Amino acid sequence: MIVEILSGLLVVCGLFLFVSGTLGLLRLPDFYCRMHATGKCDTLGALLALTGLAVYNGFSLVSLKIIFIVIFIFLANPTATHAIGRAALINRVLPWTKDSSPASSNVTPEEEAK
Amino acid sequence: MNDFFLIVSMVLGFLVLICLYRGIWGPGFLNRIVAINVIGTKIVVILTLMGFIVQRIDMFVDTSLAYALLNFIGTLTAAKYLERKGAI
Repeated sequence: MIVEILSGLLVVCGLFLFVSGTLGLLRLPDFYCRMHATGKCDTLGALLALTGLAVYNGFSLVSLKIIFIVIFIFLANPTATHAIGRAALINRVLPWTKDSSPASSNVTPEEEAK
Repeated sequence: MNDFFLIVSMVLGFLVLICLYRGIWGPGFLNRIVAINVIGTKIVVILTLMGFIVQRIDMFVDTSLAYALLNFIGTLTAAKYLERKGAI
């Protein structure tokens, strides 16, 4: 009984983070802002939801595999977000500002190296 | 507990559908790649929930693991492809 309550609480917390990440992906004004919303919310949402499912399953090989998926997502998802953000910065995608003027200090890492 | 998992996976499926808006009409390649990455992460969780719903978790967890690996590799490949200057 206590295991079911704990796993349900973890899954509901993960679902809340998924909903807020999707809301940020749909509503925020810029590519960088959308990546800011999804990069953190999706990682933590998948982590909490899959941990809740592993707690519900109990101690077995399947739970070990689910924990391995959690560790892999925890390492891989920020890496993918960083790679996409670096691609956007190299291709000079301008950040959104409030008065819709481009930011002044938009120097790519390659230009700094020159 | 089975009905709870079914409701959670239905909500996640609805979230995948409304993420698909950004995947189809999103301005530019980069928004689409971010949307596909988000959909893939949600589908990993949906696959694990489906394993609990149909009582075959020992089979579905391997599928879920392979899907997580493929999602990461696909996103990283697309990002490295777009990292050239003037690719967008």
